[in-house]
Amino acid sequence: MADAADKSNGSPGAGGLPTPDPPGHFEGESMNRRKALTIAGQAVGGLAGAVIVLPAVGFAVAPIFDSPEERWESVGPVSRFRADVYKPVVFTLVEGVGEAGKTTAYVRRSDPQTFPSESPGTFIALSTRCAHLGCPVKFVDAAGNFICPCHGGVYDFEGKVIGGPPVRPLDRFQTRVRNGQVQLGPRYSVTSQLDPVRYRDPGEFTGGIWNVLYPPRPSTPPPP
Amino acid sequence: MKFPDMLIPGPLKKPQKPGTGDGAAPAEGLQGAPADLVGWVDERTGGASFLTGMLYRKVPKGTNWFYTLGSATLFAFTVQAVTGVFLAMYYDPSPTQAYASVSHLTNDVFLGEFVRGMHKWGASVMIILIWLHMARTFVFGAYKYPRELNWVIGVVLLILTMVMGFTGYLLPFDQRSFWATVVGVNITGTGPLLGPYLADFLRGGAEFGQTTLSRFYAIHMLLLPGLIIALIGAHLYLVVKLGTTAPPWLEPKRRRTIVKEERV
Repeated sequence: MADAADKSNGSPGAGGLPTPDPPGHFEGESMNRRKALTIAGQAVGGLAGAVIVLPAVGFAVAPIFDSPEERWESVGPVSRFRADVYKPVVFTLVEGVGEAGKTTAYVRRSDPQTFPSESPGTFIALSTRCAHLGCPVKFVDAAGNFICPCHGGVYDFEGKVIGGPPVRPLDRFQTRVRNGQVQLGPRYSVTSQLDPVRYRDPGEFTGGIWNVLYPPRPSTPPPP
Repeated sequence: MKFPDMLIPGPLKKPQKPGTGDGAAPAEGLQGAPADLVGWVDERTGGASFLTGMLYRKVPKGTNWFYTLGSATLFAFTVQAVTGVFLAMYYDPSPTQAYASVSHLTNDVFLGEFVRGMHKWGASVMIILIWLHMARTFVFGAYKYPRELNWVIGVVLLILTMVMGFTGYLLPFDQRSFWATVVGVNITGTGPLLGPYLADFLRGGAEFGQTTLSRFYAIHMLLLPGLIIALIGAHLYLVVKLGTTAPPWLEPKRRRTIVKEERV
């Protein structure tokens, strides 16, 4: 492609003789018509490619930056929940996908006497999503622990890891009381000291350097 | 076993060895070609020389049954492609309808259970065959110069096939496939820095929702098959262009005199 341009300045061609300049050429020319059209053709081709690829990729990647609306759902009257026993409740996490959008949470009253960090009069809602890889955990009364059926993760009454592969305590849901009803809201994760952080996917550590290695995502609500 | 020669159309017959025959040029040979359909197409495309070059190409001595594993993998892929097209005629990729549509096509549609079974078991067969094909290539040393690029393409094909298995597993949308996908996406999320965003990309959001299933379906039946077909084309082109390797237990024949000269 570039041979016409390279040989145009009277440079020695085959046999050592200078090649005659092409018609319309003038001295010191660095850009000729063929070169200009080549560059223009490639630019237009690249532009056409970008016009196809960029919107398609943006379309596919957009949900990463989409923050969903906060939704709160009532799960029963205040009188239904006690401080020493977890009550399983089923509520909708994602709308429009039927049963697949529902999840179970374990709810109890806060117990400041046993756990001083809990403020009185509030409610604790633990997610059943195992912090290992997301299987549903179950509270086993006989053991007094949460146990995951998939890979044997064990959590104590507060949701702290006491055995198995999970990397952090069980996630929690924000709670509030409206008209005598306990309502569950957005999900958040906790560190091993039960400090709230923005929700992380299962299998991701929380606290310290891990908050940087597993960066908070714009698609999750801020922690309480 | 040999295909009867009289049934093969003229342009597709095995070309004569160089230096034999009456020396007629291809264009002169065309004058005697019968006015049949194959001859008509060949005169306009020149496709016959491509086909005969590919089908009658030389293979090394010692070629054995292990060399059929690649073709077997290709056959398994073809089965997946054909059965997949017919499954897509009944499948509904919405979270509320997917399980019911799979249940309907399995239990009510004529031969539905058979076609779905071919697709389901064929997936495992394809994974097994692709690994055996890779093992054959590795053990026979067939990945060495000049075939390294074909090894690389093959590894990409292996990865794409595994992604095929991962995305296809969700589609029946029963308890097993739902939780397997939840676990699989969460494993993706455990990669540092980029992992959480990759998991969001796969799910189409922070939670497993409406878009997750259609996303997996689109990747499974549109994106990956196109990529795989294109790469299989490149893979086969290189196989035909470079030829296959002889098994490693076949030593190249050397003349004793030459060996003697080398030792001096």
